[in-house]
Amino acid sequence: MVDTIEFFLQATVRTATPLMLAALGELAVQRAGLINIGLEGVVIAGAFGALVGVASGNHLTGYAVAIGAGLLLSLVFAVFTVYLRTNQIVTGTAITLLGLGATGTMYRASYGTPGSEVAIAAGTLSLPGVSDLPLIGTALFAQSPITYLLYAVVPAYWLFLFRSHAGLALRAVGENPEAALAAGVRPRRVQLAAVLFGGTMGGLAGGALVLAQVGAFAEGMSAGRGFIAIAIVALGRWHPVGVALAALLFGAATALQFLLQAMGWALPYQIFLALPYVLTLLTLAGMRGRFGAPVRLSGPPEG
Amino acid sequence: MSSSAEEAPGQGLVIGSSRVVLSRVATLLLIAVALLTLLVVTLSTVLAVTGFPVRPALAALWEGSFGSWYVFGSATLVRATPLILTGLAVTLAFRAGIWNIGAEGQLLVGAACVAAAAVHVPALHPLLALPLLTAIGGLAGATWAGIAALLRRGFGVLEVISTIMLNFIAAHLVGYLVRGPLQEPLGIYPQSAELPGAFRIPALASGTRLTWALPLAITVACVLWLFLTRSAWGFRVRAIGANPVAAEVAGEISVPVSTFRIFLWSGAIAGIAGALEIMGVTSSLYENLSPGYGYTAIAVAMLARLHPLVVVASAILFGSLEAGAASMQRTAGVPSVVVWIVEAVLLLAVLLAGRVRGGQLETWLGRTFRQSSAV
Repeated sequence: MVDTIEFFLQATVRTATPLMLAALGELAVQRAGLINIGLEGVVIAGAFGALVGVASGNHLTGYAVAIGAGLLLSLVFAVFTVYLRTNQIVTGTAITLLGLGATGTMYRASYGTPGSEVAIAAGTLSLPGVSDLPLIGTALFAQSPITYLLYAVVPAYWLFLFRSHAGLALRAVGENPEAALAAGVRPRRVQLAAVLFGGTMGGLAGGALVLAQVGAFAEGMSAGRGFIAIAIVALGRWHPVGVALAALLFGAATALQFLLQAMGWALPYQIFLALPYVLTLLTLAGMRGRFGAPVRLSGPPEG
Repeated sequence: MSSSAEEAPGQGLVIGSSRVVLSRVATLLLIAVALLTLLVVTLSTVLAVTGFPVRPALAALWEGSFGSWYVFGSATLVRATPLILTGLAVTLAFRAGIWNIGAEGQLLVGAACVAAAAVHVPALHPLLALPLLTAIGGLAGATWAGIAALLRRGFGVLEVISTIMLNFIAAHLVGYLVRGPLQEPLGIYPQSAELPGAFRIPALASGTRLTWALPLAITVACVLWLFLTRSAWGFRVRAIGANPVAAEVAGEISVPVSTFRIFLWSGAIAGIAGALEIMGVTSSLYENLSPGYGYTAIAVAMLARLHPLVVVASAILFGSLEAGAASMQRTAGVPSVVVWIVEAVLLLAVLLAGRVRGGQLETWLGRTFRQSSAV
C-alpha cells in the first residue's frame, strides 16, 4: 500500500512538472492582460527542440534549444497581438497549428517513419538522504533536475509578482494599462516581455516533457497540455502558489489513471481525468465578485 | 459587411448597387487568387526546405482533392460538410463578440447524444428519424454551449476559458461512453454500435460517400445569412458584436439575454455538425470522431471574414486541403500535418491583411474582445 502511494505521488509530481512550467509562463501572459491559446504550439515546439538539442549534446543543450523554439513561436504571437493588435484567439489558433504542423513535418523529414520514437534517457537525480523520507521522499526528491528548479521558481515568482516594481508594472498593465502608461510604464514592452517569458517557460515545459517525463518525442505529444496550462492558471486563481497547486492536481488526475490501469481496477478513469476541468469551472464560477482574472482579460474596468 | 460602400459612399449612391456588387465580387476573386498563390508558395517552400519532393507532393494534393469528381465529392466535400457547420457556429458567435472556441466539444456531445438516442429510439421511418436525431444533436450542442453561456451570464466567467474546459470534458465523456454504457455489444472495441440503417443519411447518388448532409449544411449557411442581414435578430447580433454598450443603451437591446441565446444557437449548429457526421459518415461513436473540426472552424470562419456564404467556400478550401493532405501522405510520403503550416500561414496572412488595409473588421474584432465580457 505504501509503495502504491509512493508510486502515485511520484507520478503526480513528474506529470505535473511540464504542466506547472507552462502554466507559470501563461500566468505572466495573462497578468499582462493577454491570453495565448497558442501555448499548445509553443509546448510542442519546445518538445521537438529538446529532441534536436539533445541529439547534438546533452540535456542542457536540449533545454536550450527547447527554450529557443518556444521563444521563436511566442515572438510571432507577440508581434501580431502586441504590435499589430490582431485578435488574440485567432492568432493563438494559428500559432498552435503552426507548432503542431511544423514539428510533425520536421520530425518525419529528419527521423523518418511516424510512430517511431527516439529514446532519451530521462535524467532522474535522487537527492541523497531526503529521497529516503517515507511517502514524500521519492515524490519530491527523486525527480529530474528541472523539477528542483521549480522549487526555487515558485517562491521567486511570488516575490517578483507582489514585492517588486517590475511585478507591479506587470500587474498594472493587465489591470489598467492607461494608469500604467501614466505612471511611466510602457505597456507594449511589458506585454512583449510577458509573452516571451511565457514562450521560455512553454519551451521548457516541452523540453521537460521529452527529457524528464516521457524520455522520447512523439508527434503531437503535447496532447493538449498547452490548453490544460490555461485551465491551471484559472484554477490557480492567477497566483503562482495557486498555479503550482493546481498543476499538482491535474498531475494527480493523470497519475491516478496510470495507477488504476497498473492495478487493473476497472474504474472509469475518464471521470477522474475530467474532474479537474469540472473543478476549474466551479472555481471560476465561485470567484464571482472577488479577485480573479486580471481586469483587462475580462473587459474594461468598472465605470 | 458594407465595407466597399463605406469606402466609396458617393460612388455607391450615384452609380447604383450593381457596380458595388461587381466590385465586391472582383475583390473576393482577387483575394481568392492571392490566398491560393500563398498556399502553393508556402507549401512548396516548406517541402523544399524539409527535403520532400515538391512536384509529386503537389500533384498528390491535387489528385486527392480535385483530381476527379469522385475524390471531390467523397473526400473534399465530405470533409467540408462538418467544417461548414462548425465554421458557421464560430461565425455566428464571433459576430456577436462571443469567443466560443468550444465548437469541438459541442460537436462531440451532439454526436454522443445521437449515438445514445439511436439505442433507445425505436425503428422509425427515416423521414421521421433523421430530423428527430438531427434535432437531438442540435439540442445537445446547445446545452453544452449553454453551460458556458450560463457561466458567462451568471458568473462572469470568460467563455474563452470555459469552452476550452468543456472541450476536454466532452472528449473524456466520449472516452467513457464508448468504453462503458455505449460500447458495441461485443465489448471489444472502444466504439459504439453501428447506427441502424434508418438512422443513416442516404448518399446523394450511388457510388459516392457524399450524403444529403452537404445540401443541408449549405441551407443552414443561406438561412443564417438571411437572418443575419435581413432580420431584427440579425441586427441585434451585429449591433452587440459592434458595440455592446451602444446596443444596450441606444439600441434598447438586452445584451445579456441576446448574447445568451446567440451562444445557444452557435452551440446548436455545432451539435448538428456532430449529428450529421455520425449519421452520414462514421455511423458509430468513437474517440477520434472529429479530427479537430471545431478548431479548424476558427480558421474557416476567419478566412471567410465571418460571412456565412463565404464560409461554404472557405470550408471547401480547408476540406480540399485536408483531403489532399491524406493523399499526399499515402502516395508521396509527405506528412499530412504539413497542411497545418499552410493553414497557419493563411490565417496569419488574413490577420495581417486586415491590419494593412486599416482593416475595419480587425479593429472591430480587437475592440470587441476587450469589451465583450463586460456585459
